[in-house]
Amino acid sequence: MADGIKIEIVSPENLVLSEQASSVTVPGADGYFTVMGDHAALMTTLKAGFVTVTSGGAERTYYVQGGFADVSDAGLTILAEQAKTGADFDRSELDAAIVKAQAALSAATTDQAKQDAQTALDGWKNLLLEIDAVGLPN
Amino acid sequence: MPSLKDLKNRISSVKSTQKITKAMQMVAAAKLRRAQENAESARPYAERMNDVLAGLAAAYKGREGAPQLLGGNGKDQTQLLIVASAERGLCGGFNSSIARLARDHANKLIAEGKTVKILCVGKKGHDVLKRLFADQMEDLITLREVKQIGYSNAKEIGDRVLEMFDAGEFDVATLFYSKFKSVISQVPTAHQLIPASFDEDAVSGEATNYEYEPSEEAILEDLLPRNVSVQIFHALLENAAGEMGAKMSAMDNATRNAGDMINKLEISYNRQRQAQITKELIEIISGAEAL
Repeated sequence: MADGIKIEIVSPENLVLSEQASSVTVPGADGYFTVMGDHAALMTTLKAGFVTVTSGGAERTYYVQGGFADVSDAGLTILAEQAKTGADFDRSELDAAIVKAQAALSAATTDQAKQDAQTALDGWKNLLLEIDAVGLPN
Repeated sequence: MPSLKDLKNRISSVKSTQKITKAMQMVAAAKLRRAQENAESARPYAERMNDVLAGLAAAYKGREGAPQLLGGNGKDQTQLLIVASAERGLCGGFNSSIARLARDHANKLIAEGKTVKILCVGKKGHDVLKRLFADQMEDLITLREVKQIGYSNAKEIGDRVLEMFDAGEFDVATLFYSKFKSVISQVPTAHQLIPASFDEDAVSGEATNYEYEPSEEAILEDLLPRNVSVQIFHALLENAAGEMGAKMSAMDNATRNAGDMINKLEISYNRQRQAQITKELIEIISGAEAL
C-alpha cells in the first residue's frame, strides 16, 4: 500500500485543506466510505456530513455540504459548496436547516414533495446525531 | 483673461480634485489586492469543476439523452444574455467595454431574428443597455449592498437562471463579464452558460476509468446546475478584480492629468503676477519721470 493519500478539500471561496493523510472518511451519497492509498478511481456526489482526515494518528473533522468527491491516482479531491473545519461548524445553522425542512414538509402538498421534504429532514436529523458521534464542541 | 484671484481659486480646486483621485487610486489598489486574492482562491474550485464536467461531458458527446443543461433543449430561438458589470463608475472603459460586447452580440442575434432577453447584474451595464434594449430588458440584479461577493450571491443568481430555464423562458444563456488579465488589461468575454461549454484545453491527460456512485447520469444531473452558479461566481470575482484594476489605472491617469493642469495654471498665474508687477513698476517710474 502506498503511504497514504493526498487530500484536497476545495470550496468555491477557497482551498480549505491540502495535505497528505493516511486515511479519509467521506460522506458519499450512498453512505460514508473511507479512502486510503491506492483506492480505485471513484466519483461520487456528497451529502451533508463530516469528512474525517486521519494523519499520523491524529484525526481532524471538516464539515462539507453539497458537491462531489473525486478519487483518482492524483489523490482525493472534495469539491463542496460549503466546506469548513469542524471547529467552525455552527450548530445553530443546522437547527435552522431543520426548522426550514420541517416547514417545507408541512407545506408540501403532493406525495412526491412530501417524500422529498421528509428525506431532507431525515438527512439533517441524522447529521445532528453524527455530530454527537464525531464529538464536536457543543 | 481670468484675474489672479480666479486663477488661484482654480488651482486650489484642481489640487483638491487631485487629492481625491489620489485617495481613490489608493483605495482601489488596496481593494484590488483583496479582490485578486479572492479570485485566485476561487480558481482551484472552478478549474476542478471544469475538468470533471468536461470529462463527463466528453463521454456524452454525440449521444442521445444528454441532460438539457449540457446538450441544450434543441432550440436556440430565445437567447438570454447575462451581463455582469460593476456597480460603480469612475473606472475608465471597464463597464462600457462589457456593455459594448453585449450590445454587439444582442444586435447580431436580433438581426438573425432571434428573441433576446437581457438580465443585468450590476447597475452600470444596465444603465447603458436599458436605453438601447428597453423592451428586451428582463431585470436588474444589483449587488450594491454586498461588500464581499460570496458564493451565496452567485447561487441566488444561478438558481434564478435555472428556474427560468426550467420554465422554458429561454433556450441559450450567455454570460458577459470582464476577464482579469492584469491591472491594466481586462478582456470583455462572452461565455456560453447553457448549454454548458467547457475550456477544452484545460482538460488534463487521458480519462481515468471511474466508478460512479450513484451513477454517471445522477452525478451529471447534480453537477450541471452547480456549474452554472460556479461560473457566475467566477465571473463576479473576475469582474470585481477587473473593476478595481480599471479604477486604479483610471484614477492614476486622473491624478496625473490634474498634476499637468496645475502646472499649466501655475505658469499662467506666475506670468500674470509678473506682468502686474512690471506694470506697476512702469507706472511708478513714469510717474517719477513726469515730476
